[in-house]
Amino acid sequence: MATEDILAPLASTPPQETFVLNLGPQHPATHGVLRVKMTMDGEYIVRAEPVCGYIHRMQEKMGENRSYAQFLPNTSRIDYLSALTYTHAFVGAVERAARIQVPPRAEYIRVVASELNRISSHLVWWGAFLLDLGGFTPLLYAFDDREKILDLLEGITGARLTYSYFRIGGLYNDVDDEFIKGTRAFVAHMRPRLKMYKDLVTDNVILRKRLIEIGPISQELCRLYGATGPVIRGSGVPYDVRKVEPYSAYPEFDFEIPTLPEGDSMARYLVRMAEMVQSLRIIEQALDKLPAGPVMAEKVPRVLKLPAGDFCYAVEAARGRFMVRIVSDNKEIPYRVKLRTPCLSNLSLFEEASRGMLLPDALALMGSLDLVIPDIDR
Amino acid sequence: MTQTLTKVLTTEPFRLALSLVAIMAFVGLNAAYLVWVERKGAARFQRRPGPNEVGPAGLLQPIADAIKLLSKQLIVPAGVDRTLFRLAPLAVMAPALASLAVIPFSESLAARNINVGLLMIFAFGSINVMALMVGGWSSRNKYAIISSARVVSQNVAYEIPMLLVVITMIMVTGTMNLSEIVNQQAGAFWNWNLFKVWVNPLMPVTFLIFFICMLAETNRAPFDMAEAESELVAGAYTEYSGMGFGVFFMAEYANILLGCSLATVLFLGGWQRPIGILPGVFWFLLKMYLLIFSVVWIRWTFPRTQFYGLLNLSWKILIPVSLFTLVLSSAMMKLL
Amino acid sequence: MKNVFVEIYYGVKSLFVGMAITLRQFFKPIVTVQYPHQTLKIPARFRGHIELVSDPETGKPKCFVCKLCERACPSDCITVEGIKPEGAKRKTVTTYRLDFTKCSLCGSCVEACRDNVIRFSREYNLASTKKEDYIMDLFKRLEAQRLEIEKSEGDSTGSASVLAGHGPAAPASAEPSTRAPIQVEPPKPQAPRVQALTVEAK
Repeated sequence: MATEDILAPLASTPPQETFVLNLGPQHPATHGVLRVKMTMDGEYIVRAEPVCGYIHRMQEKMGENRSYAQFLPNTSRIDYLSALTYTHAFVGAVERAARIQVPPRAEYIRVVASELNRISSHLVWWGAFLLDLGGFTPLLYAFDDREKILDLLEGITGARLTYSYFRIGGLYNDVDDEFIKGTRAFVAHMRPRLKMYKDLVTDNVILRKRLIEIGPISQELCRLYGATGPVIRGSGVPYDVRKVEPYSAYPEFDFEIPTLPEGDSMARYLVRMAEMVQSLRIIEQALDKLPAGPVMAEKVPRVLKLPAGDFCYAVEAARGRFMVRIVSDNKEIPYRVKLRTPCLSNLSLFEEASRGMLLPDALALMGSLDLVIPDIDR
Repeated sequence: MTQTLTKVLTTEPFRLALSLVAIMAFVGLNAAYLVWVERKGAARFQRRPGPNEVGPAGLLQPIADAIKLLSKQLIVPAGVDRTLFRLAPLAVMAPALASLAVIPFSESLAARNINVGLLMIFAFGSINVMALMVGGWSSRNKYAIISSARVVSQNVAYEIPMLLVVITMIMVTGTMNLSEIVNQQAGAFWNWNLFKVWVNPLMPVTFLIFFICMLAETNRAPFDMAEAESELVAGAYTEYSGMGFGVFFMAEYANILLGCSLATVLFLGGWQRPIGILPGVFWFLLKMYLLIFSVVWIRWTFPRTQFYGLLNLSWKILIPVSLFTLVLSSAMMKLL
Repeated sequence: MKNVFVEIYYGVKSLFVGMAITLRQFFKPIVTVQYPHQTLKIPARFRGHIELVSDPETGKPKCFVCKLCERACPSDCITVEGIKPEGAKRKTVTTYRLDFTKCSLCGSCVEACRDNVIRFSREYNLASTKKEDYIMDLFKRLEAQRLEIEKSEGDSTGSASVLAGHGPAAPASAEPSTRAPIQVEPPKPQAPRVQALTVEAK
C-alpha cells in the first residue's frame, strides 16, 4: 500500500485522538541513546521525530584543541564499531595536506585492517538487528565470529575496539606472520559461516515476511537527505566511495559493489551480507599481494604543521560515506576539524520514511538503517 | 489398624485431595525447573554455559530466583483497579492447574476420569485469555493496554484452529474422555493417533497445526507479542513486581506443560509404551519433555512474527487448512 | 494458486532447516572462557598501562626527563619531574606519575619517547574500589618489579633480557613481563569443554 493510501484516513484523525509514545533514550534495542518521539494513532505512526544529542561529546571542539597526532584516538571513538575506517579518513586528510607519501605496505595493511573492521561492524549490526526482531541466537553466533576478528586485530594493535593503530604516515607497527596466517584461516572459516547465516536467518520465512516490502526508501529520498552506504545501495544507486573516489590501495583490488533496486529493508539487509563476502575477497587479494618494505613514511615531522587551507578526505565506512575536512591556518593545531558522519544523514530520512507505518515495521526500518548514535552526535 | 487406614486412604475424597496436592507439586516443581531447562537450553543453543555457578550445573538457580522474587515488595501502583490487579495472576494460574486434573499420566494416574475431559480443558483455557487481558487492563499503563489488546486478539484467533483440530481428533477417536483416547492408541507405536493416516491422511499436518496453535496460545516465541521486549517495554506484565510477576511466569510454564501433555495424549499415545520396558508414566513424561524441548528449541531459533503476520497466519492459513482436514477426515470416515 | 503452495512449502522447509542448524550448534562445545577459573593468553603487543624500563646495568630507570611523553599525551595524564645531580650530563627522573583515569591507551607517549624508556605493560586485571589506585606511581612499580625479579632469580629467564625495553617497532617475539606469565590454566575436572583458542581453519 502506498503511504498516501494509509495516511488518507489518518489525515482526518483529530489531534486529540493521537497519543505520544516515547521510545526513550534508554532502549531495549541496542541502538544507543536515541530518543524517538512518536505520535501514534493506535498502531500507526503519524509522526516519528528523532531527538539526538544525548551522547554529544564535542569531538569537533576537541579537534580545535589538539594537535594532529593527539586527535587520533578521538577518531576511533566517533564510531567505535568501525573505528579503523574513521582513523583512516583523518590520517588520509592530514597526509594529503602535508603531502606525505605512505609506503605501499602500510596502505595494504590499512586496507586489510579496515576490511576486517567492516566485517566485524556488519556482524554487530546483523546480531543487533535480529535482536530487535526477536531472534536472540544469531547475535551470539555473530559475536563468536567477531571474537576471532578482535583477537586478530589485538595481536597486531594491542587493542580490541578503539584501535589507535594508523599513524600519520603509516602504521604504528608492522604485522607479523601470525596475523597473516590467522587472517587467512579466518577467511576460510568465515565463508561457511556466512552460508550458515543465510540458511538460518536470511532464508527464514518469518524474517522474510518481516523485511520484504517493509520500509521502502526511494532513490529520491536518499538523495534528498544525503543518505549513503548500504541505505542508498539498497535503493538501486551503486554509490561506494571506494569505487567513485578511490583512495588508498583500493584501485588495485577486484571487488564488486552489491546493489539492489528494491529499496526495502530486505534489500539493505542483503546488501550488507553481500558486502561481507566482498570484504573477504579484498582481504584475500591484499594478503596475496602484500608488498615488503617499511610501514612508516620517512621524515614525518614530530611537530606537524599543515599548510594553510582546506583539506578533506572521504572513506567508505561501514555505514556510509565518512568525510573529514580540516581547515588549517598553518599552525600545529587545526583551526577546524569537520566530521561528516553517515548516520546523521541516514537517520534524517527516518522521519519521512516512517509516516503511516506500523510500529514493528518502523523499528525494522530503523534497524536496517544501521545507526550508531555516537556517530550521529559526535 | 492397617485395615482401617487402608480403607480411609483409598476413599474417594482422600484420593482426590492427594491427587490435587500431587498436581500442584508437579506443576510447581516443573514451573521452577522448566526455567532452568529453558536457560540451559538457550545457553547451549548459543554455545555458552548457562547458569552453572549456583549449585552443580546451576540446578539451584530456580530456587535462588524464587527466593529473590519472594523477597521483593509487591507494589500495587496507585490508580489501578485493586481487585482485578491482584486477581489476574491467580486467574492465570488456576486454569492450568485445574485442567491437569483430567490428564492421564498413566493407567491409574488420572485425578479425575471425566467423560468430557477435553471440553473441560478448553473451557478453562478461555479463562486464561481473560485473565491476561484483565492483568494488562487493570495496570493502567499505556504499554500494558496495547499489549493485552494484542494478546486477546492473538489468543482468540488461535483458539479457532485449535478447536477445529480437536474436533477432528474427537471425530477420529469418537470420545472426549482422555483416558479412553489413550486406551485406543494401545499396541505398537504405529497405533498412535499421529500415524493413523487411513482415517485422516493429513494427520501430521493436524499435529503441526495443533503444535503451532499451542505455541500461540501460550504466548511463546515466535508468537510472543505479550512479552516482546524490544517493541514496547514489557507488555502486559509491566506493572507487576516480585511474586506477582513470578506467578505469571510460572503460569506460562504451567500452560506449556498442559499444552504439551495434551499433545502427547491426543497424538503421541499418552502413556503407551513403544517398547515393553519401563512403566507408562515414564513414557508419558519422556514424550512430554521432548515436546517441551521442541518448544524451547523453537523459541531460540526464530525471530518474532509481526502482529498482523500472526493474525494472517491464523485466519488465512491455519483455519482453512484445519477446516479442510476436518472435512477430509469426516469424508474418509464415512467412506471407510 | 500453485504459487501459494510453493511458497508455503519453501517457507516450512526454511523453518526446519533453521531448527536443524541450531540443533547442530547445541551439540558443539561451548566457546565461553569461564573467566575466573580460566584465563586467556595475553598477546605480546597488548596495551596495558605504561611502565618504566630500567637500565640493565644500574637498575635505575632510563628516563632523563625530556618530557616528550608529557607533551605528546592528548589527555594530560603524565607528570614527569626530575633533578640534575652534580656533574651528571642528564637529568634523572624523580617522579613519574600516570593518571590512568584519563588515559586512552593511544600510545602517543610510547611512540614519542626516543629512547624506549617507557613501554606498555600487560596488566589487564585492574579492578579496584579506590580512585587513588589509578593514579599510578610508575617508580614504585619499577621497584616492585625489581624486588620480584630478585626474589625469583633462579627461575626467571635472565633478568637482563626481561627488563630490556621494547618500543613500538619491536619484533613480535617480545619478552614477557616480569609477572608470572598469564596463560590458560587447564580446566577443572567438572568445567565444560572449552574450544581451542586459536582460529581453526575449516
